[in-house]
Amino acid sequence: MLIYLARRLVLAAITCIAISILTFIIIRLPPGDFVDAYIANLASNGSVVSADQAQAMRREYGLDQPVIIQYGMWMSRVVVGDFGVSMMWRRPVTEVIGDRLWLTMAVSFSALFLTWTIALPIGIYSAVRQYSLGDYAATLLGFIGLAIPNFLLALILMYLGFRYLGLSVGGLFSPEFSQAPWSMAKAWDLAKHVPLPACVLALAGTAHQIRIMRANLLDELRRPYVVTARAKGISELHTVLKYPVRAALNPFASSIAYLFPYLVSGSIIVSLVLGLPTVGPLLLQALVAQDMFLAGTIVLLLGIMTVIGTLVSDLLLMWIEPRIRLQGRA
Amino acid sequence: MVESMGRHVLSVRDLAVEFGGDRGTLRALDGVSLDLHAGRVLGVVGESGCGKSVTARAILGILDRAGKVTGGQVLLDPGTSSQQDLVALDPNSQTMRGVRGGRIGLIFQEPMTALSVHYTVGNQIVEAIRAHRELSKADARNRAIELLGEVGIPRPESRVDAYPFQLSGGLRQRVGIAMALAADPQILIADEPTTALDVTTQAQVLALLRRLQRDKGIALMLITHDMGVIAQMADDVAVMYLGRIAEFSPVRDLFARPRHPYTRALLRSVPSIRAEPRDRLATIGGTVPHPGARPSGCAFHPRCPEVIAGRCDQSAPRPVPPLEAGAACFLNEGAA
Repeated sequence: MLIYLARRLVLAAITCIAISILTFIIIRLPPGDFVDAYIANLASNGSVVSADQAQAMRREYGLDQPVIIQYGMWMSRVVVGDFGVSMMWRRPVTEVIGDRLWLTMAVSFSALFLTWTIALPIGIYSAVRQYSLGDYAATLLGFIGLAIPNFLLALILMYLGFRYLGLSVGGLFSPEFSQAPWSMAKAWDLAKHVPLPACVLALAGTAHQIRIMRANLLDELRRPYVVTARAKGISELHTVLKYPVRAALNPFASSIAYLFPYLVSGSIIVSLVLGLPTVGPLLLQALVAQDMFLAGTIVLLLGIMTVIGTLVSDLLLMWIEPRIRLQGRA
Repeated sequence: MVESMGRHVLSVRDLAVEFGGDRGTLRALDGVSLDLHAGRVLGVVGESGCGKSVTARAILGILDRAGKVTGGQVLLDPGTSSQQDLVALDPNSQTMRGVRGGRIGLIFQEPMTALSVHYTVGNQIVEAIRAHRELSKADARNRAIELLGEVGIPRPESRVDAYPFQLSGGLRQRVGIAMALAADPQILIADEPTTALDVTTQAQVLALLRRLQRDKGIALMLITHDMGVIAQMADDVAVMYLGRIAEFSPVRDLFARPRHPYTRALLRSVPSIRAEPRDRLATIGGTVPHPGARPSGCAFHPRCPEVIAGRCDQSAPRPVPPLEAGAACFLNEGAA
């Protein structure tokens, strides 16, 4: 088991390095660089940048060096925690991302939590009472949930919230807290603002997970071990929860890894609509401006999160699945 | 019946089960009557799809959702003051759950899939014990170890913490038997308990079942399609065909003087040690009809070598009267 863990950790490290290289290459792929984009932007405003100035800027950011050297310089700083300077914001990348990373995680995990607490019970109900009225209702709502674009729902909820409840919608903080330093009051304010974006983000995922849970469980309910459990005389609820549901949970544990990046990238439009200070919109801006250190850092962080998520889901699987835990000892 | 019998513990009368499906309802059981007596083994034999397993599940009230008991009775302790009709009970009621596992234990066909891979065998046996006995977890665990020893599992005190996939097929089936015995039921239903095992293991498991059944005076209903198992294990035999009892008789009579043409055909298709090399094994002509397309009259008539034209295809023979040896066949009625 320790060997298994060690192997996963080494693999995770290698994956992270590969991700960083890929990230860098992909960001360098479009023609031109940040300075070109910057000059074009200034030119559209009527200003002119001289060739000397452009050259100076390139030298400043190391853009005149070959790609490999650029990557080496970047990575040598990244490993000591310095992610470089955002060319667009002219501030250190860590400062630009700042709280946004934690806020993104707060929103994403709330959405994830909401997805599971809603989807699992409904999925179980749908499977156990297949073709019942409740099952059909859940199916219908599920498909509607899948079909409605997130941002549309965000707009509708914003409108309803503003029109009928007089809420300050949008953002993760009330205006008076947005620039304030962290305090209990600010945290509470955040807690009040998280549910709406979390609901919006959870919608499609919930619909999807209901279907997965239903299908998995329907499969498991037909297995002979369920009959065995019933024949023991234990109650139906206990039977279903202890045996088939446990077996049907496996795919959920293994899907944790990719849910997080899915939530972050899926949240870009919603974040723009709701004005959420998350990393999604920041990534979009950085990519448009070809701010490679900022974009690179965000993509790298997302990659690392995915790797960590994979590790977590591996551990979870080991915990709920004795066949993996006892590999080689059977 | 010729031999003296133990206490009458279960009486199935005219049990009918239907399965509702997309293409109409199927009659899986059509008036099945069976009796179980303490200390005796009732063999139930027949081809796939004849309703053997459905009978077992209907008795325990654990039919699939599509299945429904549409008639008949399942009487526990018939003729006593505590007589109970299991069909009349709500399958999810406390009483019925007490009967399942507590009064009637079930042993399964597939030891691979009948145990959950997510829990240790100890956990699954303890659950069966604690469903029916007020025992602490530690006591129930000790009882589980005791049971595992009783069914001949070596080193039970360490095997109790093993997962099913760490055990061989034979050991798994022994675990299944231990689980069925967890609450000391007086009735055991074994649904093809040895079909998935190799021949040596099969013999061992059958010997174990036989020993436990005799020692504990259990009424065993042994479902199988294997006439060899019947000869070795059963006291009485019920031959089923398409949801009905074709013949019921003590085991000796069945092999010596089979009354029903279907029984004779089944016996002919058993490989014999006296057969000459390259003799072809006798088969029963045709296939079991789909229950949805039950032939008119006697359901066996299209495959019957002794069919009486104009009679067997017109009307159904009388069912075998409960507790009497006999066959549901016109040939037999004529002789009587």
